[in-house]
Amino acid sequence: MDPMPHASPEETPPRPPDPAARDAHGGEVVIRVRDLVTHYGDRQILKNVSLDVHAGEILVIMGGSGSGKSTLLNHLLGLLRPTSGVIEVLGKDINTSKESELTEIRRKFGVAFQGGALFSSMNLLENIMLPLYEHTDLDRRTMEIMARMKMEVVSLSGFDDLMPAELSGGMIKRAALARAIVMDPRILFCDEPSAGLDPVVAANIDDLILDLRDATGMSVVVVTHELESAFKIADRICVLDKGKVLTIAPVDEVRANPDQRIQNLLNRRTEEEELDPEAYLRRLTGEKEP
Amino acid sequence: MATAKPIERLERLGRGTVEAVSEIGFGAVLLVQSLMWTVVGKARRQPVRMSAIIKEAMEIGIRAIPIVAIMSGTIGVMLAIQGIYSLRTFGAEQQVTYGVAVSIVREFAPLITGILVAGRSGSALAARIGTMKINQEIDALVVMGINPVRFLVAPALLAAVVMMPAITFMADLVGLLAAGLYIAVELEMTLAAYWSQVIELVRPIDLFHGLMKSVLFAILIVMVGIINGAGVTGGAEGVGRLTTRSVVHAISAIIITDMLFVFVTTR
Repeated sequence: MDPMPHASPEETPPRPPDPAARDAHGGEVVIRVRDLVTHYGDRQILKNVSLDVHAGEILVIMGGSGSGKSTLLNHLLGLLRPTSGVIEVLGKDINTSKESELTEIRRKFGVAFQGGALFSSMNLLENIMLPLYEHTDLDRRTMEIMARMKMEVVSLSGFDDLMPAELSGGMIKRAALARAIVMDPRILFCDEPSAGLDPVVAANIDDLILDLRDATGMSVVVVTHELESAFKIADRICVLDKGKVLTIAPVDEVRANPDQRIQNLLNRRTEEEELDPEAYLRRLTGEKEP
Repeated sequence: MATAKPIERLERLGRGTVEAVSEIGFGAVLLVQSLMWTVVGKARRQPVRMSAIIKEAMEIGIRAIPIVAIMSGTIGVMLAIQGIYSLRTFGAEQQVTYGVAVSIVREFAPLITGILVAGRSGSALAARIGTMKINQEIDALVVMGINPVRFLVAPALLAAVVMMPAITFMADLVGLLAAGLYIAVELEMTLAAYWSQVIELVRPIDLFHGLMKSVLFAILIVMVGIINGAGVTGGAEGVGRLTTRSVVHAISAIIITDMLFVFVTTR
């Protein structure tokens, strides 16, 4: 008899916490980013970004347009390879992991994309059921029941047969959340979950994220530029500016941070850029920097 | 500035060449990966689903039947008209069956099927993949641990490789029948006599030649569609641009491959 029977991924017991995967406060770290540097061509997008995401916390990544928050999210999801740096998700370095290992890690997280990314050729139920269909051996009836349970959670019961094109903006966001949590992930990523929604629906989405975290204990990483939403749901906020982390701290500490760039972001003030005549002239003439 | 222009042109040529080579390389990788997922997908718990293949087969093959039938029939009649016209010069119009039958089976049926499927299904594939890309649906597949090549490319490729020879064979029959109807009326020949001539003249190798080409065309149509779809940037306008490019590339690739295939196998 095999002394070490191979368990299927569903049967694998939770990994004992790796002592290295704990932060200074002893909380389990589910995502660890160290000295992340990335470029698009010659342009440096992220500059030595380091952060931890703890088990059960909601970390909101904030920043203005072009701050690098979406790029950072794409790195955390393993969709981009960095120039240098380390990204560990659930104890595995996703930049050095083989594709099969990466697939296993990805099965433990869910992602709600900004536009929903629902498959237009599938109805709502099929969209939400897809991860179950692809990764489990459950019979169709059971999968349908599980998918409908998640639809119930996000208040989409009864809309099984609707196609994505027939859904409103809020329904798309909720459907994306339902699909993201259908496999009961350990980490949930949300990209701009309340962007483009009216205040009531946006608040509803925020409550949903909080309820999900409270009910399941999953870690949630939210990328947003919606201040109200960030303050409401975040345990900690990571503020990015021009590819650099300005601060990672609880909400109150971020609010009280004296850094002018953070205050500008929180108070919706534009940054006054000091005029460099040489650079201005180069911009006008289209010449490259020497 | 005067010296910059030739350099810029050279740079553009260089970039275009690199782009073309990288697209061909990307297509080759997709092809190999699709075959790999077809073989090892089940062992890796990511099988290429039969339901997905059937869905693609419906789109690529079954729904293309009416237009392929109409066009192959039309071409059959057209070949019969031209054949009788040209052979009449030598008083040899009774020999028209040979020219028409062999031309349809070896050349026209696979070519017209390839062009129609490229225009119809290849463009649809490019548009679908492009739209999925800009809507982050491809990213969604990746982060769900679903390999996009296994999920999107392999079913389309398998369906095309099965359906293209099937509808090419149908185009053979419809083209021959339409040509036969015209010839029967024009030359006062019975349809049975025409068919017996066809069976006598068209060898299995001629049929095989056409069907083999249709398999190559199937691979080209899917790969060109996917490569162009995956290259979409810039929203809906980008989807439209790459879809048009996909049709032009696929039809060009089909005609060039046809010529090369004929050059290698027929001389």
